[in-house]
Amino acid sequence: MRSLLLAFATSLALALPAAAQDAAPPVPVATVQTGLAAVIAQNAGAIAKPSRQTIAPVIAALGQAGAGAPDFLQAWADKKLGARKSDGAIFRVTKSADGYALADPATGADLGTAAKAEIAEIKPNAGVRGLIASALIQFQLSDPDPKTRLAALTALARDGAAEHLAPLAASIETEADPAIKAQKERLLGLLTIRFGATPEARVAAIEGFGADLGLDFRAALNPILATSRKVFNEAPSGNVALTLTPGKPGFSEAEAYDLLVTEGLAPKRLSSADLRAALESHIENNAVGGVPVTELADPGKREAAYAALEAAGKVPAGATDAEVSAAVAQTRFADIYAEPDPTVTDAAKAALDAVSLKVSAMQGADLTLDALSLASIYFLAAIGLAITFGVMRVINMAHGEFITMGAYTGYVVQQFISDYTISILVALPLAFAVTFAAGVAMERLVIRHLARRPLETLLATFGISIALQQLFKNIFGTQARPLTAPEWLDGAWVLNDIVSISYIRIAIFALALTFLGLFLVVMKRTRLGLEVRAVTQNPSMAASMGINPDRINMLTFGLGSGIAGIAGVAIGLFAKVTSELGADYIVQSFMTVVVGGVGNIWGTLAGASLVGGLQKGIEALNPSNTLAAQTYMILFIIIFIQFRPRGIIALKGRAAGD
Amino acid sequence: MTHGFLTKNPSVLIFLGLLALFTLTVTLLSNAYGVEVISTSMVKTLGKTLCLCLIALAMDLVWGYMGILSLGHFAFFGLGGYMIGMWLMVARTREIVLASATGLPMTPQELNDAIATQIFGVVGTSQMPAIWAFAGSLPAQLALVVLVPGLLALGFGWLAFRSRVTGVYLSILTQAMTLALALYLYQNDSGLRGNNGLSGLQNIPGLDWAGQDRLSVWFLWASALALGLGYLACAFTVSGKFGSVMRAIRDDEARVRFLGYPVEGYKLFVFTLTALIAAIAGALYYPQAGIINPAEIAPIASIYLAVWVAIGGRGRLWGAVIGAAFVSMVSTWFTGGRAPDLNLAIYTVKWVDWWQVLLGLSFVSVTLFAPKGLSGLVDLLAGLRPPQRRGAPLGPDDGALMEQEARQ
Amino acid sequence: MTELLEVSGISVSFDGFRAINNLSFSIGPAELRAVIGPNGAGKTTFMDIVTGKTRPDEGRVLWGERSIDLLKLDEAQIARQGVGRKFQRPTVFEDQTVAENLMMALKAHRSPWRVLVWKPKAADHARVEALAVQVGLGEALARKSGELSHGQKQWLEIGMLLAQEPRLLLVDEPAAGMTLAEREQTTALLVELAKTHAVVVVEHDMEFVRRLNCKVTVLHEGSVLAEGSLDHVTANQQVIEVYLGR
Repeated sequence: MRSLLLAFATSLALALPAAAQDAAPPVPVATVQTGLAAVIAQNAGAIAKPSRQTIAPVIAALGQAGAGAPDFLQAWADKKLGARKSDGAIFRVTKSADGYALADPATGADLGTAAKAEIAEIKPNAGVRGLIASALIQFQLSDPDPKTRLAALTALARDGAAEHLAPLAASIETEADPAIKAQKERLLGLLTIRFGATPEARVAAIEGFGADLGLDFRAALNPILATSRKVFNEAPSGNVALTLTPGKPGFSEAEAYDLLVTEGLAPKRLSSADLRAALESHIENNAVGGVPVTELADPGKREAAYAALEAAGKVPAGATDAEVSAAVAQTRFADIYAEPDPTVTDAAKAALDAVSLKVSAMQGADLTLDALSLASIYFLAAIGLAITFGVMRVINMAHGEFITMGAYTGYVVQQFISDYTISILVALPLAFAVTFAAGVAMERLVIRHLARRPLETLLATFGISIALQQLFKNIFGTQARPLTAPEWLDGAWVLNDIVSISYIRIAIFALALTFLGLFLVVMKRTRLGLEVRAVTQNPSMAASMGINPDRINMLTFGLGSGIAGIAGVAIGLFAKVTSELGADYIVQSFMTVVVGGVGNIWGTLAGASLVGGLQKGIEALNPSNTLAAQTYMILFIIIFIQFRPRGIIALKGRAAGD
Repeated sequence: MTHGFLTKNPSVLIFLGLLALFTLTVTLLSNAYGVEVISTSMVKTLGKTLCLCLIALAMDLVWGYMGILSLGHFAFFGLGGYMIGMWLMVARTREIVLASATGLPMTPQELNDAIATQIFGVVGTSQMPAIWAFAGSLPAQLALVVLVPGLLALGFGWLAFRSRVTGVYLSILTQAMTLALALYLYQNDSGLRGNNGLSGLQNIPGLDWAGQDRLSVWFLWASALALGLGYLACAFTVSGKFGSVMRAIRDDEARVRFLGYPVEGYKLFVFTLTALIAAIAGALYYPQAGIINPAEIAPIASIYLAVWVAIGGRGRLWGAVIGAAFVSMVSTWFTGGRAPDLNLAIYTVKWVDWWQVLLGLSFVSVTLFAPKGLSGLVDLLAGLRPPQRRGAPLGPDDGALMEQEARQ
Repeated sequence: MTELLEVSGISVSFDGFRAINNLSFSIGPAELRAVIGPNGAGKTTFMDIVTGKTRPDEGRVLWGERSIDLLKLDEAQIARQGVGRKFQRPTVFEDQTVAENLMMALKAHRSPWRVLVWKPKAADHARVEALAVQVGLGEALARKSGELSHGQKQWLEIGMLLAQEPRLLLVDEPAAGMTLAEREQTTALLVELAKTHAVVVVEHDMEFVRRLNCKVTVLHEGSVLAEGSLDHVTANQQVIEVYLGR
């Protein structure tokens, strides 16, 4: 493609002067031209046949020629200029039906028309257009329209070059908009880091950023610190990042030799596949080099056969281990910075170190936020389970399905109420009501009849769980159903390039806090709470004091299930609503209850924080693998139970007795 | 001694007799050795069912007799399967690699690499993971079938029982253990092919000449033998003083401690023993199933195991066997699409979709109304027990199913 | 030393409540002792500590000629050392027969392996039968113990205690739910046992204690209030206050 363009340009260059000479050029019009028009006229030839190598001064002259220059340059770049074949005069041209409409190059004033044959269009090549665009930047940077200025800045940030430094610096002073001004200053710093004239200027620019967290700053630093691995016969020269010793960790002898091979300094080592291929191509009479084929399953015999072939000159010599070691020993290896100036690389390195320290701190903060949000989800999912387990010593295996039920309730509500905000506000209490009812029904129909048989209760609720899960599948299908969050929950709260948290998660955090508060109020301030606490601590004593444990059990079970429903709506906002939604959270919820301890909301909170924090923490250590993170988390919990069999916050004394 | 044991436990003899009769019948009806009434795939299903009965025995021992509701025994079952599957895959792949080899004979290294590439290509590596070090040797891998699950059970049990975790806490913990194992195996870099699992296990290396028809019957025999021996071992364990202690621990473990019995030791013993039985059942099951993957180990499978035992009737060995056989066969029947749709006026019940609901609800009703499960029904038929005052929940249909059960 | 069990300076508290407060107690190898005290005096907690069910916050519990520290052992190990306990509420294994209950309690090896291969010999059967006869359950050997009456369960539990052949018997309210004749029988049995064993009886019933005719320890708020013959302690002003003063 490039050669094609070149050929085209050359032919153009050959053809045009010939045409110009044929028709004797008329003397330019008598009026004295000034400013842009003069510059254009002086450089008409160069403008008509621009060359990447020589055009730069012309563009510079045009750029300083005053009013109209940007428009002219733009037209030039857009291939909207033409040269009159008769005299080489430059016009802005617009193609019309039978020729060109001409306009004054400097002012754009209408100059009539010309036949097609009279005008040669000027088509600067890509390189030249790039130079023109660079020149144009300075005008765009001070363009009265802020949008144009911003667009120019974006273009500069994407592929700025050394020549933009001066116009950018010049445009800062006159910039009125403080936001754009700040952006310009930042960009100037970044460009200076990369293209600054002197090392001092670049170092100053780097240091000016301090430990800035912006990705653009790190992107500017990274190319400076890019290294390439080089091979030297004497002491390494250039800006050495690291001298390498073969055989040390991180740089094996094999790697060193491979480097020699790629540099063409040593012959390739014989791989076992090459050896095999070489031997196979020299099988004669069921033997290779005198060694019978059947014996060639032995690597030693293969070496011997190859040596025999080598001796016979039938195969090229392969590098032996000794040769490899010798070759590597003779050579020095080093990582060399692409950037030649050590002061710049040192400054960049220091800056990057400072940045990464700050980045780690920020990542820690981000992780904490993540863990907090996961913990609040687990808290919401587990709190109902903890209530029922605390009061009734019943593990409800169908708890996950109640969560799912809540999420599906939200989905159904959205089918009828299209405003997402209202539908969520309706769905939350409705989900509570639906799952509350389901929980009460389950307590009355099943759990009550299995009192004091916790293992059987566990299994019976599991039976309900599989029935419900299949029921959901039959009703809602297996594909995920949408539960859409209202618009004001979209997006994330972004602190900087590293720390951000989505609004949904903040909302869930708030929801978890609300429930914590609500629960505390109900438990500590209401009659129901008093009775629930009494039944938790000693059911028979509570019964003898006139509390109806059946009623309390029913209500607590309903309450626990109802909260599961609300958790379901919350989880459904960010997870896929399928029949397995709840099942995905159930084991973590169990873990939360087990780790946290029974009969105490703070225990559940502590359990959720531990489980959530642990999961995020392990994920951070092993980012590629959330599965492994979960595995390790469960292992940790099994170990944890060793030390606190009753959870973090356990009831003590006789009340905790079996 | 055995004489005295058998005369004291006549049900063992009856069970072994029925099992032998069943095995003989299936053999005589099979494609390979009989009148070709039962298809090979059916023989395999029956053989697998026997393995499930064996693990149900283990579950009954640990739950029905000992009171530990383990929701993790399928982890041991699966591990047993994985261990034998590793040998099957390596040996089988070696045969294939050697058969397709051309040119020079392979060096051991090349052979290993070729096998590793074949097996681990699907997870994007050609390195044989370290845990496959013994996969080339059948005796070693057979030893691992019992060693790996046994040590896992021993380690987990030691930790759990030592800290006196009991009841639902323990159940949750066992469930967590299974989940952890399943999640671990789901990873590609676990070294067991991630969620692809191990496949092609039905091809037994060196026995290609026998064909699946005969292999299926052989495996049926092996499974029946294992079930018979397992039944004997379990019956021996639960009879006598050991069984007394087990049931005593189930009912009041603190009191057993005050009698001087190391309760934790007993729990660990039984937990590990049943893990071994489960592992052997798994090692026999998966060559018949042909494929094993981490989904088999998921906690839900172990919970189903508890369902089988509960429906069959826990606290009795044959109850567990009946439960496993009955539920898994009926489940196959319903989910296999062979059950006729139930045409209600407004809605057609497709059993593939509704079987799970039916199972869940019938499970709830068994727990509620018939704690002895199907075996209680046998008592009822035998007149051993007065009818329950709460009413007989299982209708006449279930009686018919029992007959079907007896035929097996 | 001459004492079989020596408890010194133990204290334990539950959630701030001091159930046992610096309690010391000792009993010889062949001695009958009655422990009395109002509700909440710490009688049961004291037994829990000796049998290993509860760990004291401080103090020592030494056992036997070699002064073994019982606090380092778990319940089963303590039981194997020769400490037998009869609970206040009879706790027998209701799902199993009387014979099975007794056989389980019979002194023998307790480790899983030994128990698995253990076969009852004729002597063991004879011993079980003799024990059953001794506690009046000779006819009920094959019955499920859950079918027994409350009093029979009490007797079965005593039978199991005897089968263990402990050196120290901790008996919590043995007479509860028994007829007068049975009480006398129990008294006789305990007095007889105390000739060769250490026996600690916790009892509310003063009449029963009087018939035991032994040294009495009075517990109050987790410590020993008085110790001596029944006449001696009932004359103690503090004891009268504790029992009658509220």
